[in-house]
Amino acid sequence: MNVTTRPALLDVARIREDFPILRQKIRGKPLVFLDSAASAQKPRVVIDAMRGAMETQYANVHRGLHWMSERTTDAYEAARDAVAALLNARDRHEVVFTRNITESLNLMAHSYGRGILRPGQAVVISAMEHHSNIVPWQLLREEHGIELRVAPITDAGELDMAAFEALLADGKVGLVSMTHMSNVLGTYTPAERIVRIAHAHGAKVLFDGAQAVVHRRVDVQALDCDFYAFTGHKLYGPTGIGVLWGRRELLDAMPPFLGGGEMISSVSFEHSTWAEVPHKFEAGTPPILEGIGLKAAIDYVQSIGYDAIAAHEASLIDHALARLGGIDGVHIIGRGQDRGGVVSFTLDRAHAHDVATLLDRQGIAVRAGHHCAEPLMHRFGLESTARASFAIYTTHDEIDYLTDTLTRVREFFK
Amino acid sequence: MTDTFDDLRDLYQEVILDHGRRPRHARRPESFDATAKGDNPMCGDRIEVWVKYGPDDTIADAGFQARGCAISVASADLMAETVIGRSKADTHALFDAFREMARTGACPHCDASLAEPMERLEPLAGVHEYPSRVKCATLAWHALIAALDGGREASSE
Repeated sequence: MNVTTRPALLDVARIREDFPILRQKIRGKPLVFLDSAASAQKPRVVIDAMRGAMETQYANVHRGLHWMSERTTDAYEAARDAVAALLNARDRHEVVFTRNITESLNLMAHSYGRGILRPGQAVVISAMEHHSNIVPWQLLREEHGIELRVAPITDAGELDMAAFEALLADGKVGLVSMTHMSNVLGTYTPAERIVRIAHAHGAKVLFDGAQAVVHRRVDVQALDCDFYAFTGHKLYGPTGIGVLWGRRELLDAMPPFLGGGEMISSVSFEHSTWAEVPHKFEAGTPPILEGIGLKAAIDYVQSIGYDAIAAHEASLIDHALARLGGIDGVHIIGRGQDRGGVVSFTLDRAHAHDVATLLDRQGIAVRAGHHCAEPLMHRFGLESTARASFAIYTTHDEIDYLTDTLTRVREFFK
Repeated sequence: MTDTFDDLRDLYQEVILDHGRRPRHARRPESFDATAKGDNPMCGDRIEVWVKYGPDDTIADAGFQARGCAISVASADLMAETVIGRSKADTHALFDAFREMARTGACPHCDASLAEPMERLEPLAGVHEYPSRVKCATLAWHALIAALDGGREASSE
């Protein structure tokens, strides 16, 4: 093992201490949780932050003229500052909280799609999108008359850049909405190049960063993108909170998404006016506790540092590709050069669901199925794969255990 | 065979693995009277079932094409094997009994007349210990019943 060449490796044993659930046993066997790309486990600091808020300083936010509401508002709004810092946003008001990234993308399809894009304009996505970055644009297409274009990927699972650029050539594309890292293949898209090409053709760029932000430092100013969306629960935070970051002037120009309290400036039966961003997009009581939990998660990730996280995961990926790829009958889907902590594979003569059930019996949690990316599955002529995904608490030993167990699964279905 | 998965033998009995690997009825009959598709959108499993009736509306032949796991293919195959020669009413009763067995592992209230076919389906009883897999075993049946009832689509969700 070339340990000396690895920069700033994590102290994984210590990190594992921070995650209470990792002490659980599954059917008498240690939990080997390789499904973090679906939803990550939560560190103690996140659990404590949310419980602490409920036990000591909870009230509704932004409206109460009392001590509890003021303290809770401060704690909740601190999450906005934490997200702004995480993404290196210029302005904290550019951070909109939603329920999850699916809602962030639907907000974009609704407010940017119906409010800014004109019928006849096009939206470009890629062939490796999650359903949440496909279906909202199909709905927009049907209701608003935009065209949906799909940028192809190569057999290696990378965005076909020449084909992507060709899709923009006629100048009709108003928005590129693309994954920053595939949840199935693990491939990163070349975000800076995508933005340069899109901007050169007059299109804005939205990234689905649900996976990428977990594994890699995201700097929206360096990327020069226009919108960036992610979700809290994959970043070691709670479910129920998502983020949409957007350039202030673009968010200002967009009409609201949901209507209700919080998002108004004044209301009469004849006419209502909207609050400033981000509140214009945050109707109703927000995910207060989830925001507090997300801030704790971001602080935790920042305390470890993305350099160490990325180095740890690169090492895990190399190890997994070598070990799993070495099993006769195992086929790894996607061979992108630049990739994060996700490995999808098939096993000859065994359906992914059967593989997952056998692995589960040994305490190993993987995802099996189409991973909410059916068009991508079909691109590779598949109906389903098994997927192992890695996190800061994943160890090389766990990948070895997966490898050994898969070898036995193969014998089982021989 | 390794002993690692011994406790999975309840689910993956040899008969399941065998019918999953080499289904006998995975074919579209040359002529048929009823057909329906089954779809499990959550896991992507799909099945198409064809039925040919004989005199007195008994099922003279049944076939299927399935895309799915060993459990779903084996269940479809055992289903086809079991319902051929049975009346529609018997098949409905068998579906109810099978569904109860898949969910609970047994069918204590089952009619004694179903004892023989239920014995044939018994290898699938192990799914009741795997709640997320019960629908794999029942998808083919949902499609079959939809076909018998004149429907087109079924879902095990």
